[in-house]
Amino acid sequence: MIQLAIDLAFVLEKAILIGGIITVSLVVAMYSTWAERKVAGFMQDRLGPNRAGPFGLFQPLADGLKLFMKEEIIPNASNKFLFILGPGLAMLTAMMTSAVIPWGKQIEVFGRTVDLQIADINIGILYIFAVLSMGVYGIMIGGWASNNKFSLLAALRGASQMISYELAMGLSIIALLMLTGSLSLKTIVELQSASGGWWNIVYQPLGFLIFIVCAFAECNRTPFDLPEAENELNFGYHQEYSSMKLGFYLFAEYINMFMSSVLMATLYFGGYDIPFVNDASLIESMGMNMVAVLQGLSLFLKAAFFIFVFMWVRWTIPRFRYDQLMHLGWKVMIPLALFNMLITAVVVLIRENGWPF
Amino acid sequence: MNITEILFWLLTAVALGGALLVVTSKNPVYSVLALIATFFALSGHYILLNAQFLAVVNLIVYAGAIMVLFLFVIMLMNLNTETEPQKNKWLKLAGTIAGGCFLLVLVAALRDADSKSTMALIGEGDTGLIQNLGKALFNEYVIPFEISSVLFLSAMVGAVVLGKK
Repeated sequence: MIQLAIDLAFVLEKAILIGGIITVSLVVAMYSTWAERKVAGFMQDRLGPNRAGPFGLFQPLADGLKLFMKEEIIPNASNKFLFILGPGLAMLTAMMTSAVIPWGKQIEVFGRTVDLQIADINIGILYIFAVLSMGVYGIMIGGWASNNKFSLLAALRGASQMISYELAMGLSIIALLMLTGSLSLKTIVELQSASGGWWNIVYQPLGFLIFIVCAFAECNRTPFDLPEAENELNFGYHQEYSSMKLGFYLFAEYINMFMSSVLMATLYFGGYDIPFVNDASLIESMGMNMVAVLQGLSLFLKAAFFIFVFMWVRWTIPRFRYDQLMHLGWKVMIPLALFNMLITAVVVLIRENGWPF
Repeated sequence: MNITEILFWLLTAVALGGALLVVTSKNPVYSVLALIATFFALSGHYILLNAQFLAVVNLIVYAGAIMVLFLFVIMLMNLNTETEPQKNKWLKLAGTIAGGCFLLVLVAALRDADSKSTMALIGEGDTGLIQNLGKALFNEYVIPFEISSVLFLSAMVGAVVLGKK
């Protein structure tokens, strides 16, 4: 018999952490759909959903129920396996980003000190980029498997858009990495929350601007929602989808939005750092678990603000034309990001070696 | 068996199964997807060898960028089983024999290579970590590194020139 030597407590700890984080992200994404309608209602001077429950709070549940009850249609001419794989992949890649994000410092449960991060790998940011580049497949496979010209065109648009903006996003991150000297998200947050450390937005305002624009494009949100441009491509790559498979595609967008909001907060706005407070001295006076709760709350508040910005932009700015989108991506964003990288490199070199001239 | 060994066998199975599917599946889109799965399994192997940077770059560059390009081409040309030209059966036979000969030569050449007796370092050794890799690339191997970047630059210029025509 083969002996299995597995640290059960470790596996259990990680499983609970993963389950918790996935649940939280799903609930946040669920209520983002509600918040989106409320924000839209506010901006267009109407009430938004207010029938299901107090303030329409049960609206997401009602929507979910509706999607589950809808008839499930798989087109005859489609590739059935890939047709089902598409939304699954979209959902999977949307959730995978959460693995390297530090949600708080540490908590103590039953004498174990648990890091509130699923995996602290020293290439955290690269991992996120790898997952991002996988996100293209959900769209492409779904669009192609539908066997519909509009879906295919929309999928190709979406894929080329995501690839183009990934480049500028990566370049804007390189400038940040030069400052922090680490690819681990945990180290980046710790550098920002250390006493005397400033949030990275102070050092990298231009980098943040590029990052947020690219994040909009990566999430396929207005003004970059060309893949699902209703008035030219009917409904985009998920035109043939119905029922919960459509729900998965729509839901994945909201999870992506949440994840990129958390990422922006982590990279540029101190992550779980509680502003104006020295976290280390707070731990001594309040205990580790209490501070972890506050830190998680602080991260969520920052993320909620960015989610609001996402919605704000969606209901304010009209959609780009396709050539404008490509022009912005390749001729504005990438040169700007390169310029930002150059300036940061010069400043870092001078700070390390002094003024040599 | 500890976790590392279980992971190793699992990843090996996925890698070999994926590689077989690449060759045997009729639909080229399935082939591409199987190849992506193979790349994932190989990246898993790199992580087991503590070469995290290589693992992630393999995913970003190959699975994330090059395979997307493959998928683009296949989807736009709409290659299907019907449109695939039937190969001559003598050609198939010749291919099998050539492949078998190649395998034979490889086995004979690698039989006495020292890699048989060296154990792979699993979960230790830190040359694959990003700091050490960066230092090695920019100190010892700086000239090959720069030359390869010139190669990339020339490829990019070539692509632009071809695109302008």
